[in-house]
Amino acid sequence: MNGVRAWLRGLVRRQYFWGIVAILLLLGLNLIKDPTYLAIRTNPATGNLAGNLLDILRASAPILMISIGMALVIATGGIDLSVGSLMAVAGAVCMEFLNPITDASSVGAMFAAVGLALLLAGVLGAVNGVLVTVVGLQPFISTLVMMLAGRGVAKVITSGQNTTAVNEPFRWIANGYLVRFPVVFLIAVAVVVLVALVVRRSALGLMIEAIGINRAASRMSGIKPRGIIISVYVMSGMLAGIAGIFAVSSVMTVDVSRTGYQLELDAILAVVIGGTSLAGGKFSFGGTVVGSLLIATLDKTVVFLGVSAAATPAFKAAVIIVLCLLQSDVRALIRRHLPGAARRGPAGGGPASAAGRDREVPANQEGPANQEVTATRQREVTV
Amino acid sequence: MDGPSPIVEMRGISVTFPGVKALDDVSFRLFPGEVHSLMGENGAGKSTLIKALTGVYAIDAGTILIEGRERRLHSTADAQAAGISTVYQEVNLCPNLTIGENVMLGHEVRGRFGIDWRATHRAATEALARLGLADLDPRRPLASVSLAIQQLVAISRAMVVNAKVLILDEPTSSLDAAEVAQLFSVIRRLREQGVAILFVSHFLDQVFAISDRITVLRNGRFEGEYLRRDLDRATLIAKMIGKDLEALRALGSHRHTSAQDRTTGPLLRASGLGRKGSIEPTDIELYPGEVVGFAGLLGSGRTELARLLYGADRPDSGQVEVDGAVVHLNTPVDGLDHGIAYSTENRRDEGIVGDLTVRENVILAVQARRGWARPLSRREQDEIVRRYITALNIRPADPEALIKNLSGGNQQKVLLGRWLATHPRLLLLDEPTRGIDVGAKAEIQAEVSRLADDGVAVVFISSEIEEVVRLSERIVVLKDHHKIGEIVNGPDVTADQIVEVIARHDSGVETQLGAEEVSAGVTVEKESA
Repeated sequence: MNGVRAWLRGLVRRQYFWGIVAILLLLGLNLIKDPTYLAIRTNPATGNLAGNLLDILRASAPILMISIGMALVIATGGIDLSVGSLMAVAGAVCMEFLNPITDASSVGAMFAAVGLALLLAGVLGAVNGVLVTVVGLQPFISTLVMMLAGRGVAKVITSGQNTTAVNEPFRWIANGYLVRFPVVFLIAVAVVVLVALVVRRSALGLMIEAIGINRAASRMSGIKPRGIIISVYVMSGMLAGIAGIFAVSSVMTVDVSRTGYQLELDAILAVVIGGTSLAGGKFSFGGTVVGSLLIATLDKTVVFLGVSAAATPAFKAAVIIVLCLLQSDVRALIRRHLPGAARRGPAGGGPASAAGRDREVPANQEGPANQEVTATRQREVTV
Repeated sequence: MDGPSPIVEMRGISVTFPGVKALDDVSFRLFPGEVHSLMGENGAGKSTLIKALTGVYAIDAGTILIEGRERRLHSTADAQAAGISTVYQEVNLCPNLTIGENVMLGHEVRGRFGIDWRATHRAATEALARLGLADLDPRRPLASVSLAIQQLVAISRAMVVNAKVLILDEPTSSLDAAEVAQLFSVIRRLREQGVAILFVSHFLDQVFAISDRITVLRNGRFEGEYLRRDLDRATLIAKMIGKDLEALRALGSHRHTSAQDRTTGPLLRASGLGRKGSIEPTDIELYPGEVVGFAGLLGSGRTELARLLYGADRPDSGQVEVDGAVVHLNTPVDGLDHGIAYSTENRRDEGIVGDLTVRENVILAVQARRGWARPLSRREQDEIVRRYITALNIRPADPEALIKNLSGGNQQKVLLGRWLATHPRLLLLDEPTRGIDVGAKAEIQAEVSRLADDGVAVVFISSEIEEVVRLSERIVVLKDHHKIGEIVNGPDVTADQIVEVIARHDSGVETQLGAEEVSAGVTVEKESA
């Protein structure tokens, strides 16, 4: 019993705790509208599971992919705005490759299409990485360029058409079932687990975090930031490629201007909701998964509640703002604004120095300046 | 001479941070039309005093009188309103704005339809002309001019508010000799206009070239105020490091004599190793089992030389041999590949990775050597960390504590552990004992001796010359980016001898300054003054 309580207490302290609460609240909201919302049915003909929850899991698969990549990029102190466009590129490659193939049941063609798409997405990711590290452009600018160029590349691949194709094995990726579960979700889970194992079981995760927290110190310790950062952008590109495959596989059409459109924003949100700071450094896979599931739940809820298409972005924004407020150190905010509750420093001292004095200071001269930086930084994150 | 009354008088100033008394009963005076230098080693309290005067830090005790009236400075705005302007070491301007916009930022001339840009730029030109910078086009972007000119722009920005007091904090640290001469001619011009100038620099020659009056601080205490003409260099250095010359002579009996076996040849030999703007070409040899001290004041090139020996910076001249074979040290990875480790003087920015744990910080360099694909198992990590927590007595002895929550001394010990874990053959320690308490200091010194006994070549850099003399077998003396001598330590070598070597050596900066006073493409415009 004590163990359970300790586990619960740990969960509440997690950054993504409020993300879980938000998912439950949204599901509850849907339940009010339709008491059978959470019901899971079994398709009598095939034995496959069906229901709203499975739809949400299915919808979360592409977001999961790009969010995991985004979390790694953000941890190094960067950002990848090109993931949505790279989804379109990967989708375009698949459709264009499969379109002329007449054998609609060719498994080989499916693997070739997937391989080609991942290769190109990886190469474009590498271009991002090189622009950031070798050329020295800001990640925001580099990937913004790739975000615009990526759509262009996708249009060149399909000659501006919304290409369609027929290939059963490829269609199965997004629409098929395996042991009664949607394949696409199983693949997504497998990829997340694989990436998490590679990053956390090797020293890659430690190095990514070290670079994101203090790049100069990491370099002085013998880490080669350049190689690590490039490989992180390659990973993000390839994960976006997988997301693109998921997206086109469900409808077997690539819409070069709509596939993956603005999904980079969803990915960034998922990462932030998961408790990873945009300033880089520590990152959380678990939190990112929660964030992705929340985004998927939110998307489905908006449709289910019949929120008008025009009001959808506003609804989404409201939910996310409330969530961010809850996550930021609410108690600290309240303490700062309640009269008498805050322990202010002696005469003078702006809010930064007052906040600084509340904390313990390492016993040396660098203390005060250091603390001010921390305090400012925390406020930035809060905002 | 003390006829005029001081424009700024600080009496009995104390500033306390948790655990540290940064300033303890310090007094300071500034007279109009005078250049007053504030001297002291790292941690002496120079920056704290400036920040107290500019309203950044609140003072815990003492009074600040400005023009004879007591003032309470709660913010930098208060200080500016009182006529005190500051130009910091890093130019705090906006490189993407024009020179004129930078000069006038916050003081733009307003017309009927918002800002009158023509009048603003005219005012900027006038402000620049007052410093003899009339030919500088105020419409050029700031980024297009050299750092030295940017510094002058920053000064002219400070003077736009008609400041009576100008504080220059390390203004010359990144300027070359001609640029320094130009800056000094501007400073002299301001002095003639009656501005009181507080000058902080670690270049001794420059301090002697420009100052009228010198105040020395040490360990947060007031050491004394002197007229420049009453003070010689050796005395000044002795005041700064806090030993009078007699005491320095008395020091030092039980120390290493150089008894190295030189038949094996050096571990590392550098010839003509240099990098423009940081250290002139230098020859040096380092032997296994030997502690070599780098002595010199801050900015003398001691850090820069160590960084080149590690590969932290890329050298642009000379070559390095390790075990007799030529090697190229261009990145830290190169240094580590050859068994060289460098512990930085800049613990916060280049040392610790704050949000990681003690364990992660200790294993970082070892892990980087192995590459990401061969992670240390948790058991190996724990073993390494436990070894160094015990050996170096790191407190708290918790491998999972975040390093940013440790005290400075313990952070330093964690970093020492990080480098020791790589089993270096040459360990470069840059200010390993700065800003840490006596206990930790002694432990680190003991560890240095132990390492040398084990056959590691150690380079020990410290601002405290006694400490260098106590630990080293050979002392390399640096000044103004030059290696000016090498002293084999022995029972008769004392800190004051090294001080005298530094003081006596004439780097030629002073003579240069006189000759190039009005030069460097700055035309002088008389009528605007």
